Amino acid sequence: MNCKHYTKIGETLYTAELPNGLRINVVPKTGFRLAYAVFATNYGGAHRRFFLDGQWHDTPAGVAHFLEHKMFDMPDGDNALSVLSANGAQPNAFTSSGMTAYYFDCTEGFEENLSMLLRFVSTPYFTDETVGKEQGIIGQEIGMVEDSAGYVVYNRLMRMLYEHNPVRDQVAGSVESIAEITAQTLYDCHSAFYAPSNMVLCVAADCDPDRIYELALDILPKEKAEIPLADFGEKENEFPTEAYHEEQMELSAPQFIIGAKVTPADKGDSLLRQKIVAQLALRTLFGSSGKFYNRLYSEGLLNRDYDYEIDYTAGIATVMIGGESTDPQAVLREINAAIAEVKASGLDKDAFERAKKASFGARLRGLEDFDNISIALVTGLFGDYCSFDSFEVLESIQIGECESFLTEFMAPDRLAMSVITPISKV
Amino acid sequence: METVRTQLLNGVWLTALRSEKFKTGCLSINLLTQLERDTAAFNAVTAYVLRRGTRYHPDMQSIASELDGLYGTGIEPIVRKIGEIQCVGFYASFPDDKYLPAGSDIFEKTAQLTCEMLLTPNTKGGLLLPQYVESEKEKLLEQIRGRINEKRSYAIFRLVEQMCGYEDYAVSRYGTEDTAESIYYQKLTKHYRNLIATSPVEIFYCGSMEADKVAAVLSDALCGMPRGEINYDIGTDIRMNAVEDSVRMFEDRLSVTQGKLVMGWRLGDCMEEPDFAAIYVFNAVYGGCVTSKLFMNVREKLSLCYYASSLVDTHKGLMLVSSGVDFDKVEDAKAEIFAQLDAVKGGEVTADELDAAKRAVYSELRGCLDCQGELEGFYLANTIDGLDFTPDELAALVDEVTLDDVVAVANSVVLDAVYFLRNDEQEAEADEL
Repeated sequence: MNCKHYTKIGETLYTAELPNGLRINVVPKTGFRLAYAVFATNYGGAHRRFFLDGQWHDTPAGVAHFLEHKMFDMPDGDNALSVLSANGAQPNAFTSSGMTAYYFDCTEGFEENLSMLLRFVSTPYFTDETVGKEQGIIGQEIGMVEDSAGYVVYNRLMRMLYEHNPVRDQVAGSVESIAEITAQTLYDCHSAFYAPSNMVLCVAADCDPDRIYELALDILPKEKAEIPLADFGEKENEFPTEAYHEEQMELSAPQFIIGAKVTPADKGDSLLRQKIVAQLALRTLFGSSGKFYNRLYSEGLLNRDYDYEIDYTAGIATVMIGGESTDPQAVLREINAAIAEVKASGLDKDAFERAKKASFGARLRGLEDFDNISIALVTGLFGDYCSFDSFEVLESIQIGECESFLTEFMAPDRLAMSVITPISKV
Repeated sequence: METVRTQLLNGVWLTALRSEKFKTGCLSINLLTQLERDTAAFNAVTAYVLRRGTRYHPDMQSIASELDGLYGTGIEPIVRKIGEIQCVGFYASFPDDKYLPAGSDIFEKTAQLTCEMLLTPNTKGGLLLPQYVESEKEKLLEQIRGRINEKRSYAIFRLVEQMCGYEDYAVSRYGTEDTAESIYYQKLTKHYRNLIATSPVEIFYCGSMEADKVAAVLSDALCGMPRGEINYDIGTDIRMNAVEDSVRMFEDRLSVTQGKLVMGWRLGDCMEEPDFAAIYVFNAVYGGCVTSKLFMNVREKLSLCYYASSLVDTHKGLMLVSSGVDFDKVEDAKAEIFAQLDAVKGGEVTADELDAAKRAVYSELRGCLDCQGELEGFYLANTIDGLDFTPDELAALVDEVTLDDVVAVANSVVLDAVYFLRNDEQEAEADEL
């Protein structure tokens, strides 16, 4: 495997690509008992329409997530979740709009558990009976999500921002859409998206990287398959379709997210740079150390339930600031005023330098968490960059890049706000 | 990993764990008090008010700038409930010096700033600033009222509040709304002065520095801490049996699309001389992990609900089962939850099930040594409970748990109360008629 030392952060990264197209990243973690592995496919809730074998395919909403649930069933009647758990590992999986990831951590028997992970994710086994039963379980999950104010406020924002992209819908689909799923749908989508060429394997463990390579080579299919091309819908313009949306739920105080579409940079180094610029710009202007947040906190407009992020998925990027506030409209006005000030006189230079230092520290702390390291590497592999390069890129970011990001993508006419207010009791 | 325990001042103890493998260090300072209805909100709000400003860093903005300069070191208020002990203080997380320019001295500066927050708040005429107190009081009230926002945890909170209605444990870590309403800056200043002078203090450090150096830095930073008569008379009252002869039933109606069922048991006689390893393994067999009976049967086999899991609180001696179910399936779910407990009571646990449960608990304890946050929680809880085993020692005991041990715990538990959060639709329809 190729090896690169990141001396400044005390990490080493081993990388390789198997003949079947699987890309592997291994971070050796000497002195740790905990070992972590994630095996992920570039296939999520938004990959509903795709081109493969010379034709377009349309699938119901929720297949990727449904598949994630059913992958654990094995042909011998066992359940991989139980087998891994019985072996002392803590396995789990998630499906987002852009990817499906299967992972585990353990303190004993890492190679055995890794073999199991590779084996079950690459072995489809579905019957109409098990699919039917799962429809009940997932139906419950869909219902539960609609009770979560955090999800509802986010989903409504996506619906206001995006007219065509499938991120408008729940990753799990709807009770109606999953009713269309059969065992055959699952086999077809597994065959299309779970080929090693469309997948990555990342490991953080006290291990021999070459052993990881050999295990993957030995267990996974040998041939290199064509990678499906996803269609996420018509190109979106830069403005929201609706600027304000409000709903009521059983809540104690209004929750809000203010968001805007960002034109994503091309994959590779420019994508990594744009992410870091965005994160640093948001931290400098809207971070919990900044003037904006501290003033609004003191004035009672914001509390500790507050966050900001830039989210890349399914060919789109979205900047979001959200939290709880007694007056979301006032927060929106303050955000517009803060952006206007950046446009007029730029970002505060001291605040920018402090944010850079703080961002370095936060990224360093992130290396303590194996889950965090590995998922960042996976995301990087799907975006054709290496997440360990972010420390060096961070150093090189100029204040002007952050100012341009804020004034371009967070201009007043690009912002939309989704609000959930408490049900008014008469 | 080397653990050193040192007394720094009267009633102030440091537990220091030295390890070179982490890239960050952590420091927590906890004031321990009895969790009580009349004081919990005052204790909780104190940490947040102290975080607002100190004599030398008078507002949040100046604290934030200082922390950014320390490479994004975080010092956050932390309020916990361990049994019926309320722990309030600060948790700091900071990058290790070896990755920073020479002379950064991050630990020294972090310890200094944390102690500054604890001991020298921004005051006027000797009183905490009214605007800080009012603002944090409002935020605490929002926090308390905000419990309703997450229905799964809200249902658990409502069960505990009613099941333990006659015990301090009913009070949440943030206290009650009515007590929070009565927070006032003069009263809070008095409360703070008393809290800081009389509470036992537990400090935890994990990082690359030698214990005696950590102790020296902290002793210096804490110099001048007022220490009066320390109140060691704090503890948790463990109730062994149900409050009434028949199981108490509680219900709330809210606008939800899925019901939340929570059932509460007392762990019972096994808490006389608790075998913690056996209790944890029992929980893992019954509903604490994905190979458990509740997960495999109630969720997987019968598709009765989206989640069904159990958790135990060994500080208070409780077991809770929490589940998300359709409104019309609640009785079926309940029946199956009972049936699975009966199976464990009757020893119907396969060797594989027992082995898987033991491995899950064992692995979690062994992994604890790789995570500073978990180590901190483990040692704080152990200290409060007067226990002195390490995670590895407990893991070794888990390895020795037998089926008989698990069956004994299962037969000790006593159901006390059941709570169901249901939809308010039927009621709304009835009102319209």
